[in-house]
Amino acid sequence: MKLAEKEISGAALAPERKEVLSVQDLTVSVRSANGLTPLVSNLSFSISKGETLAIAGESGSGKSITSLAIMGLLPPPAVRVTGGKINLGEVELTKLPEAEMQRYRGDRIAMIFQEPMTSLNPIMTIGQQLTEALEAHEDLPRKEVQARVLEALRAVRISEPERRLRQYPHELSGGMRQRVMIAMAIALKPDVLIADEPTTALDVTVQREVLNLLRDLQAELGTAIILITHDMGVVAEMADRVIVMQSGRMVEEGSVDGIFRAPGRRYTQDLLAAVPRMGKGGHKRQSKPAEDFVACIDDLSVRFDIRSGLFGRVSHHVHAVHHVSFDIAAGETFAIVGESGCGKSTVAKTMVGLVPFQGDIDIAGCALGREGRDAPKSLRRDVQMIFQDPMASLDPRMKVGDLVAEPLVIHGIGSAQERAERVRYLFNRVGLSDDQIDRYPHEFSGGQRQRICIARSLALQPKLIIADESVSALDVTVQARVLDLLQALKEEFGIAFLFISHDMAVVENIADRVAVMYLGQIVETGSRAQVFGAPQHPYTRRLIEAVPVPDPSFKRPVEVRPSGEVPSPMRAVGDAPKAVKLREVSAGHLVAQ
Amino acid sequence: MAGYLLQRLFQSALILLGVSLVTFFLLYALPADPVRQIAGRSATAQTVENIRQQLGLDQPFVVQYWRYLTGLVQGDLGRSYLQKSQVSELIAARLPASLLLMVGAIVFELVLGLTMGVIAALRRGSATDQTLMIVSFIGVSAPQFVVGLLLLYVFAVQLGWFPIGGYGTFSHLVLPAATMGILGSGWYSRMMRSSMIEVLRQDYIRTARAKGLARYRVILRHALPNAILPIIAMIGIDVGIFMGGIVVVESVFGWPGIGQLAWQAIQRIDIPIIMGVTLVSACAIVLGNLLADLVTPFIDPRIRLR
Repeated sequence: MKLAEKEISGAALAPERKEVLSVQDLTVSVRSANGLTPLVSNLSFSISKGETLAIAGESGSGKSITSLAIMGLLPPPAVRVTGGKINLGEVELTKLPEAEMQRYRGDRIAMIFQEPMTSLNPIMTIGQQLTEALEAHEDLPRKEVQARVLEALRAVRISEPERRLRQYPHELSGGMRQRVMIAMAIALKPDVLIADEPTTALDVTVQREVLNLLRDLQAELGTAIILITHDMGVVAEMADRVIVMQSGRMVEEGSVDGIFRAPGRRYTQDLLAAVPRMGKGGHKRQSKPAEDFVACIDDLSVRFDIRSGLFGRVSHHVHAVHHVSFDIAAGETFAIVGESGCGKSTVAKTMVGLVPFQGDIDIAGCALGREGRDAPKSLRRDVQMIFQDPMASLDPRMKVGDLVAEPLVIHGIGSAQERAERVRYLFNRVGLSDDQIDRYPHEFSGGQRQRICIARSLALQPKLIIADESVSALDVTVQARVLDLLQALKEEFGIAFLFISHDMAVVENIADRVAVMYLGQIVETGSRAQVFGAPQHPYTRRLIEAVPVPDPSFKRPVEVRPSGEVPSPMRAVGDAPKAVKLREVSAGHLVAQ
Repeated sequence: MAGYLLQRLFQSALILLGVSLVTFFLLYALPADPVRQIAGRSATAQTVENIRQQLGLDQPFVVQYWRYLTGLVQGDLGRSYLQKSQVSELIAARLPASLLLMVGAIVFELVLGLTMGVIAALRRGSATDQTLMIVSFIGVSAPQFVVGLLLLYVFAVQLGWFPIGGYGTFSHLVLPAATMGILGSGWYSRMMRSSMIEVLRQDYIRTARAKGLARYRVILRHALPNAILPIIAMIGIDVGIFMGGIVVVESVFGWPGIGQLAWQAIQRIDIPIIMGVTLVSACAIVLGNLLADLVTPFIDPRIRLR
């Protein structure tokens, strides 16, 4: 008995360093007009059984290319491995012909991808897709395959696994689909699991569940996990070791504690400094009690009709926004946070007159028509919007200078000369140079494009800028700089911001006041200090607790919370949801009862 | 589902009503006089007038159309002016031949077009791809009477593999079906190519490959069914293009279908037959589209008919 105990503790202290995968001097290149351009250069690392190695880096760092190279899934024929070795145990993968590689892919190395929404075949059932993965590698009787598939679904804690087998991907939520992807990957108990941004597309509470799941599965199966992510919070919580990559090269490698405690390289330091952290945000600024409001939203409701039947009668309503009220003072940043489908973007669209609504919206002292169109031109001048995807919101065939000048042209402001002058000023103000005015959007990076969008929104000197997930698609270092820019603009021009985001840490860093939305209603609102310092509503607490903490020494309290899906905002006609009543717990801090 | 079907059938009836009105008006406004054709060159003015009255062609447009419509509702397409028999009988006798030709052509163009498209997509950018796309371009742009005559010359006259014209056996069907199908296979190969390229780029194809599935299985099980979805709707629309094509092709090959019937009727301004063939064609187009829409949900579970 004593001996066995000793053995176990011994094993825990010095885990058996059984190397399952090693990469040596890996170089991946893309063939282009001017020869081979390396995407990944001389990358070497190895990973042992039961270990989690995080490859962290921003977009373009080559982290995803590395994972595809290991899987042998590089997009042919342009991108290929041009040097180095990848060893899975005894087998050298880069030399294997495709037919041989198929045997290892999915069986001994499996992969889960970033986009659960598009990573499953839409016209095959979940059961078919799982079965297929098993049958590709093992010759088993039908019954046993079925049993293994169900076992895998239970392992990823999917409710009603038997029913899921007959469902199609579109019938499942994003979190469930990612669980299915994980089930597919672990069904064959691979030696190595590559998780490429597995939780980036998921809501924060769902992310928490998926991360816990991955950790539990690893403890159970001893799988080595290569975790590819840009999120240093996820790295800190999950990884044993970290590789930091930049422009295809390894910048730094080390234990997670070492990297976070004492980052050796400048780039790693910058990366860690840029990560928005909860509890550290908020400069000294405290919203002064303002008298003048730029926007007053009173009892706003938006619902969409679902028609069905022969005559297209309205049978259901989607209650996207339900009796929501808030005010935005001049020069303050008001943030709405919530998970996907909570109605936060609908609020934004309604405020610029794109959606019909009930209730009252006053912007800069002018009431907005309820039909969702014909917003007066003056109003459109006072409110501007910045969207999530800067590439999609810039016309690719127009020069960026013309794009920034366009609002001035539409409103007939200034002569051509004055407009050019103003565009130059705006470009300089958002940190771009004069000589970039005549270029096209595709010539800029993501962060620069978002700066162009910001310049465009500033052109008309609006009173309110609505930023809908405006920094969500940006890398952290770029995100930090754009947030600084927004902050500076706010102070310089006294513009009010409505900042809509799912990212609690970002909101905590930038907002003066915050509203938390859930299922179309505000469940808690107050100043940043009130909501983040003393969250009252259980949903607010859940959101805050779910945020990954970029500190490896942080001990997450054990949570015993039943995982549940957010209920649907679609309800039968006449069955409107109950409007929550807000109770004031301290000055300006309102919480749903 | 039943509600959807009712709604669609009601829409179809409206479309057919519209088609009948427009066609009837165009034929009414025709500068040529059908009565002259019936009566012959030597007929006196009196005879012509008698025939006109007999056929009711002296009545105003509204009256004529109303009469036609009331007949139509009872299933009466009228009598041919020149061939003394019911239009419905004439069409019924020739419809099977046209349907056979259509089925043959659809099979031909789908098999050829989809295969070409898939191969081109899988070999994207290669010489094979470029050759196939040039071939498909020729297929799309060549007029059917030229293709028909060319096929006749090569395969019937020179090689003697197939009969020159006529109807009855499978070998009679090959050349006319190929003539009709070459145009379509050009379209389908191009559409299939781009659809396939789009699908091969999707994340779920990468997932399928990451599972370790063999290449053929990724293509047949995952890529093909998804790539074919947008094509299905096109098959419905295709029926309409066919109806235009059969008039030419049936005349070239002496195929005894409604296209040939229509061609003869147009030459002799036999208005009831022209009306009848037009309406039957319109029916075929409407039904083809409806069928394509009804089939889609069985392949794509995301689509529900409401």
